[in-house]
Amino acid sequence: MLTILLDGVAYGMLLFVLASGLSVTLGLMNFINLAHGAFAMVGGYVTALLMNRAGVPFLVTLPAAFLIPAILGVVLERTLYRRLYGASPLDQVLFTIGLVLMAMPIAAYLIGDEPQQVHLPAWLSGRIEVRGVGIGVYRLFIIALCGAIAAALQMFLIKTRFGAQLRAAVDDPRVAQGLGINVDRIFAVAFAVGSGLAGLGGALAADVVGGIDPSFPVKFLVTFLIVVTIGGSNGIMGALFGALLLGVLDVAGKYYAPSIGAFIIYAVMVVTLVVRPQGLFARGEGP
Amino acid sequence: MSVPDSAETMQRLTAHLRRRARWRWPEILFWLAIPAAIFVLPSRAGIINEVLIAGLFALSLDLILGLTGIVSLGHAAFLGLGAYAAAILASKGFADPTLGLAFGAVVAALVGFVTAPLLLRGGDLTRLMVTLGVSLMLGELANRNGWLTGGADGLNFSMAPVLGLFSIGFTGQRNAALYSFAVLFILFVIARRLAHSSFGLSLTAIRENRLRAGALGVDTRRRIIGVYTVAAAYAGAAGALLAQTTQIVSLDLFDFHRSADAMLMLIIGGAGYLYGGLIGAAAFIVLRDVISAATPEYWEFWIGLALVILVLVGRGRIAAAPRRLISLIAPRAAHRGVA
Repeated sequence: MLTILLDGVAYGMLLFVLASGLSVTLGLMNFINLAHGAFAMVGGYVTALLMNRAGVPFLVTLPAAFLIPAILGVVLERTLYRRLYGASPLDQVLFTIGLVLMAMPIAAYLIGDEPQQVHLPAWLSGRIEVRGVGIGVYRLFIIALCGAIAAALQMFLIKTRFGAQLRAAVDDPRVAQGLGINVDRIFAVAFAVGSGLAGLGGALAADVVGGIDPSFPVKFLVTFLIVVTIGGSNGIMGALFGALLLGVLDVAGKYYAPSIGAFIIYAVMVVTLVVRPQGLFARGEGP
Repeated sequence: MSVPDSAETMQRLTAHLRRRARWRWPEILFWLAIPAAIFVLPSRAGIINEVLIAGLFALSLDLILGLTGIVSLGHAAFLGLGAYAAAILASKGFADPTLGLAFGAVVAALVGFVTAPLLLRGGDLTRLMVTLGVSLMLGELANRNGWLTGGADGLNFSMAPVLGLFSIGFTGQRNAALYSFAVLFILFVIARRLAHSSFGLSLTAIRENRLRAGALGVDTRRRIIGVYTVAAAYAGAAGALLAQTTQIVSLDLFDFHRSADAMLMLIIGGAGYLYGGLIGAAAFIVLRDVISAATPEYWEFWIGLALVILVLVGRGRIAAAPRRLISLIAPRAAHRGVA
């Protein structure tokens, strides 16, 4: 029972890091970025390839798994995404589906179709017993790391000048611009951080999902969207609760009611959308 | 605004609408060309059949996206429903294709009718997510209820001849294509009438401005539910055709990529004038065949690139191209579009 709960929390934390970038672009900036999973895939590949081909230790690869997708994100944001900030949802959907369709063959061409495994170091694999409850060490590692990231992000958004500027830019770009905030740059940085976190999430998730392969962006796209949908537009905290709820429900559902399977999380999403179109944890009135 | 003679205005308006609804000769040529192609290229009947079914599916998406302006990322739900309904009926011994087709369409329409109210709340983003969620739920249901659907293995079954005369399937590919053509044509004629009816015009009003349409007295909720149900039935019919002519169904019918492909076809061909889905389906599938013959694994890349360029250049401008082409051939026909 407790094991399942912890597994669910770990999975939820992982989902949070993967989807937090999306909750900024989609939840806050209202940009439908279906290509978000592609950045996660890049991060996963960075870690897997650095470990398998260059023998770099797992922990050392993680900063790279953050930085490379972040740089990629900023380049794409500056060159392509920003042209579509005001576009219709349909255009955004088409454009980002196009990006996903391009990203998958590129990955298959450069790296190959077979999943790239991430082999955890010995000190992260295995289980420990705490009062009779078996807990995977890697699960604990994920909970600790992702929890720290969530806390850091929240502090960053609430306490720092940049966080305040981002919230202002999201609430009303024109007024923010008029107050001398460089909205363009704020969005670019937010996008880069979001992409980087997706990459980090991809790297951390590689072991849990059984390796990174070119279909990763599509396989988990729906899950990311559900996290953000449930979380609503309440930024980091909404996404965190959404991700935890989803993680626990998904793991528990698969354990207790395997015959229903993923049906539960889809049902939760649809019901959430119907009852509260702005998300479960939305601030009072939506945009 | 003063209207000098409202009776005269009404008359001119009715005449205009009637003129717009008239069949043009490029359209007639278009519909003659398809059976001709099936007879001239019997070896390509398989791919023509695929184009026709994909075209019907894209047409059904056009009813809600192009005509009414409602975005959906989960239209595959109805394709899968229709296909599985027809397949299950056939595997239970009712192998008549027409019966299966009707059954598939009705089942899809029922589910469309039940889920349509979910589209009435929230914005475009909510609608995208709800439609996607419904298709995923149905796919998962089909996956988990293997006793009925065969689960991950799918279903294999055989069909009786159409109307008891023409056998379809692998040995009768030409018949299968002709069968799909007949269904597509009949459903297209109905859709065309629908688009030119007052119902269709009110859908256009909803697309252009839902609030204003409501203020003009259009019952927008009922219209949206109505058109969504019809579109679901069309998609169900496409699914049933697909199941019957390939005599196999599998879970990928519910997949996200089916919905996305239909949307791409519609966008390539241009949304809102009914022919877009058909033209787009032909372009998409021929393009896919040509590209995947050259680079088997990476054809998606080129489709993706085409999409990105399409959006960056401006969808409206490119989508208008086929219509502009038609207006070059037959100037009067340029106004026949619904939009």
